[in-house]
Amino acid sequence: MVNLFLWNERNIRKRRSIGKAGSGRVLRIVVLAVVLVFCGCGRTGGGSQEAVELTVLAAASLTDVCDEIGERYEAEHENVRLQFSFGSSGALQTQIEEGVPADVFLSAAMKQMEALDEKGLMDSDSVAELLENRIVLVVPADSDMDLSSFEEIVTDKVRIIGLGEPESVPVGQYAEEVFTSLGQWDAVKAKANYGSDVRTVLSWVETGNVDCGVVYATDAYSTEGVRIVAEAPVGSCQRVVYPVGVVKESIHAKEAAAFVEYLQTEEILALFESYGFTGVNSER
Amino acid sequence: MDYTPLWISVKVAATATVFTFFLGLAAARLVLSLGRWKGAVDGLFSLPMVLPPTVVGFFLLLLFGRNSALGKLLERCGAAVIFTWQGAVIAAAAVAFPIMYRTARGAFEQVDADLIHAARTLGMSEIRIFFRILLPVARPGVMAAVILAFARALGEFGATIMIAGNIPGRTQTMSVAVYTAMQSGDRELAFRWVAVIMLISFVSMFFMNYIVERKGRGGV
Repeated sequence: MVNLFLWNERNIRKRRSIGKAGSGRVLRIVVLAVVLVFCGCGRTGGGSQEAVELTVLAAASLTDVCDEIGERYEAEHENVRLQFSFGSSGALQTQIEEGVPADVFLSAAMKQMEALDEKGLMDSDSVAELLENRIVLVVPADSDMDLSSFEEIVTDKVRIIGLGEPESVPVGQYAEEVFTSLGQWDAVKAKANYGSDVRTVLSWVETGNVDCGVVYATDAYSTEGVRIVAEAPVGSCQRVVYPVGVVKESIHAKEAAAFVEYLQTEEILALFESYGFTGVNSER
Repeated sequence: MDYTPLWISVKVAATATVFTFFLGLAAARLVLSLGRWKGAVDGLFSLPMVLPPTVVGFFLLLLFGRNSALGKLLERCGAAVIFTWQGAVIAAAAVAFPIMYRTARGAFEQVDADLIHAARTLGMSEIRIFFRILLPVARPGVMAAVILAFARALGEFGATIMIAGNIPGRTQTMSVAVYTAMQSGDRELAFRWVAVIMLISFVSMFFMNYIVERKGRGGV
């Protein structure tokens, strides 16, 4: 087989006109196929059901608890079907900005919710602080290290500590705030190993590659491999708040508001707590 | 273990492969016939391959979202793209397209030019040349392109989660299921899905090598 790149150059002019004719037929087939798939099957999802379908955009860290909430809610409300879509809060924010058909937004940080609210994309009255996550110090579950507070990290007990990268990882920023308020940041920095996200830090602790690490309480609850030894001192860093709200463009605003209210009931807050969250008082 | 992500992935990747097959071949043939603008068009077609998939997803979201003219039109027709498996097909097709296109083009360029010239002197039309000579002779390469495109579509994540969302049982593909499992701390589930993806991808590649080698030995 001879490799000839030249054959197309030699007959450029002739083939230019005919090349289009050849691909035109193919294009027509593709267009037809596109029409068939998108118009034909597009409707099958919605349609005949009587139930209202709520689309809830939720932070990925809420996946497990949302599955459980969804089951309970659908059992109690037969006319509502819940459809969760999970992603990073930033990506969900972008999706709402671009007008995806969503009804409720459950964010892992105030920042995204506030940005949307400022743009008038959320129903402001519905936006509420729902949950709080805590910053905790964890050690491997089988560790026999005698560590019981953030202050002790500067002692010789700890050789290396896993933290999130303070520049880019929220849990890293919180850790920096905690140690700065304790006046120990410089000493801790010397022992720090930075992970690209909180899950990385958690893995390091689980596998014993670091002596201890700073993660969210919910991460610590998600695995048997680590043990919480201390909580960040009250007031040493900003609160980690998960807000909830109804999307302005929601076509089922009433049902969405009812669901948001349901999330704030004692029963559901207790469920959240079993996953390591703390409920925020609804009086706020 | 809930197997819906597997079926969704296969459905999405297979549909996306059908589209990329036709579009990729048409694009490859088109670029071959271009003169001066070849480099520019080639660059444009290859763009989804080098852009981060989340960026591709963002562009698709801009294009199909409710704020765009196209999005509004589709909404009026009742053709849902955002948060549907059809949206996942678009995302997968967008990232698999450059692979189909480039591999097919490479295969076309390897075809002996004398065959084409002979056909022309015998008065064969360009369309017939394409279907009777170019495509059959380049078939091993085109088959390889299809399999590569399928494998890429199967592994698509960034653009998919952006445009189709991550709705379990509806738009959650295997790759998205891995992400969700990792995020929720279920590492065992994540590893299981990784194993399934690796198995399917490996079989695809093995199959591809088998086809290419067998055809190669035939001495086309």
